[in-house]
Amino acid sequence: MRVLVCIKRVPAVGGRIVLDGADIDTRFLGFTMSPHEECALEEAVRLVTAHGGESVVVSLGPPESEEQLRYALSLGVERAVLVETDGGELGPRATARELAAVVGAEEESGGTFDLLLFGNEAPDSGDFQVGIRVAEALGRPCVSGVKQLSIEGGTAVAMRDRGRGMEVYRVRLPAVVAVKEGLNLPRYPSLPGRLKAKSKPLARRAVVGGGDGLRKVGLRVPDGDARGTQSLGTGPDAATRVVEVLEELGVLAP
Amino acid sequence: MILVLVEHDDGVLTQLSAESVALASGLGSPLHAVALGPGSDGLRALPAAVQAVHAGLGSLDAYAPRAWAHALADVVAAESPTAVVAPGSERGNEVMAYLAALTDLPLAANCLAATPPEAGGAAWSLVRSRWAGSLLEDAELATGGPALLTVALGAAPGAAPAGSGSPQVVVVGTVPDDADLRVVVADHVQPAGDGVSLADAKVIVSGGRGVGGEDGFAVVEQLAGLLGAAVGCSRVVTSEGWRPHRDQVGQTGTRVSPELYIACGISGAIQHMVGCKGARRILAINTDPDAPIMSKADYSVVGDLHAVLPAIVAEIHRTRAERAAAV
Repeated sequence: MRVLVCIKRVPAVGGRIVLDGADIDTRFLGFTMSPHEECALEEAVRLVTAHGGESVVVSLGPPESEEQLRYALSLGVERAVLVETDGGELGPRATARELAAVVGAEEESGGTFDLLLFGNEAPDSGDFQVGIRVAEALGRPCVSGVKQLSIEGGTAVAMRDRGRGMEVYRVRLPAVVAVKEGLNLPRYPSLPGRLKAKSKPLARRAVVGGGDGLRKVGLRVPDGDARGTQSLGTGPDAATRVVEVLEELGVLAP
Repeated sequence: MILVLVEHDDGVLTQLSAESVALASGLGSPLHAVALGPGSDGLRALPAAVQAVHAGLGSLDAYAPRAWAHALADVVAAESPTAVVAPGSERGNEVMAYLAALTDLPLAANCLAATPPEAGGAAWSLVRSRWAGSLLEDAELATGGPALLTVALGAAPGAAPAGSGSPQVVVVGTVPDDADLRVVVADHVQPAGDGVSLADAKVIVSGGRGVGGEDGFAVVEQLAGLLGAAVGCSRVVTSEGWRPHRDQVGQTGTRVSPELYIACGISGAIQHMVGCKGARRILAINTDPDAPIMSKADYSVVGDLHAVLPAIVAEIHRTRAERAAAV
C-alpha cells in the first residue's frame, strides 16, 4: 500500500496571538503542524505497518518546513518532499495545484498512491478545500471530515460525525481522505526514530507557480471578548463563593 | 444576481444558513436560494430577502457532496450570479470546495463580511475568520467568475431562520453522473448514547494538564456527577491518552455552549478558548494566576484543583443537606 500525507508548517500559538504588522509575530514561537495532520501521519504509518508498502510526506512551505518533515520521518514515514516557497502564503487554489503536481511527479516514478491523506483544514487559514481540489485534479474520490478509517480490500471505509451519530462512506482506492483529530492517538517519536529521521531522504522541489485569486491583505485581532474576571478567592476557602455562584447561575439544584 | 445555498432541518433553515442569507442579501439583488436533497422543494416561511428557491436532487436520499456541487454548478451556469454564498458548515464548505474545483475558481471559506468590487474595480473585499475565530483576516478576492464564499457563524448573529417570504420554487433538473456518486453516504451509525453529551450539556466540568493524569479525573467526574454535568478536557489530555477525543473541547474537538464551563487546570490556549467561548459563564481554577484563562474567564479561583474541587464537592453536599433539613 502506498500512502502520501500532506502537512503544513504553522506557528505554535499559545495563550495569546501577538501581531507584528499584518502577520503573526513568530519571533518567540515554535512551529508545528495541525493536530489533524498528526493523525494523518499516524494513520499512514499504521497502514504501511499493517499492509506493507511505503509512506511519503509532502509539505508546501518555506525551507524551514524541513523541521516538520523530519518530525514526520521520525514517526516512521519513509521519505519526504518539500515544495519550497519564499515564505509568502499561497492561497488554497494555488496550494492544491502545487500538491497535485507533486503527486503526479511522484506517481510517475513510483506508481499510484492508494491513499492521499490531508488534514481536514489548516489551523491557520481554515480553507477547507485543498484535499478536494487535489482529488478533482487527479480524478479521485475524496471523503472529508473523517474520524474513523479502515481499508477493506480495495475499499476505504470512512466515517464522519453527523449530529450525534456518524455517516459511513465507502470509496474505491485510489482515494483522497481529509481527516480530523480523533482518528487515532498519534505516537510520539522514539529516540531511534529521531536519529533515523536525520538520514532519511528529503527531496526539494521548486513551486510551479500561478495565482490563486484569494489574497491575504492582513490580520487583525477581533474586538476583545473580555468578560471582566471576578476573583472568587484562593484555594479550598473559595468553595463557599463558588457554590454561591453556582446557585446564582441556577445550576446547583440536583 | 446572488445565489445562496441553504441547509435545513425539517424545512427550517439552520442558523448558519440564516446568517448566510443575511450576508448574501447585502451583496446584490435579486437573491435566490438553492436547496438540495429530499424535502428541498418544501421550504416555506423563508427570510423575505429570498425571491426564489432552486430545488434539486429531491430523489437523492443519501448526501453526495459532488452531486450537490454539480446541481449548484448547473444553477450557476443558468443564472450567472455574481456571487455564490454557502454556510461554512461541514457540508457547505465541502460542496463549495467541489464547486470551486469543478469551475477552477478561487473560494474564500468562513467569511464574516463581504463587499462587491467598486465600479471599475475587480476585487471583492472580504473579512475572514482565521485560527477558528481568534483572528480576522482582511482579504481580497479576484475571480474570473462568481465570488465563491462560505460564511462563518457570527457573520450576522441576529439573523432569523424563518420569515414571511414564500418564494417561487424553480426545479433544478440535475441528474448526478457516475463521478458524482462515488462519494455518497452509505450508512448511518448511531452513538452508544451514554452520559450527557458535551454539545447538549448545561454545565461542563473540564480538566487540563493540571489534572495530572487519567486517575486525577476522579475529582472532576465527582463534581460533574453532582451537577449533572458533562466532563470535558483540553487537547493535552487527549494527546496523553488520559481521556478519549470525544471529550475534547476546542478547535479540533467540540465547540460547546453550556450555561457554565468550569475549567480546571487548563491554561487557556486560543485553540481551547475557541471551543468554550460559547459558554454563558466560565469559571477557571488554576494554580497560576497569570495563566491566560484567568483573564478570559468570568470567575477565577487561584489554587490547586485537587484541593479546590473536593472543597466545592463538600460545600455542595453541605448546602444540599442544610436545605433538605430545612424542608
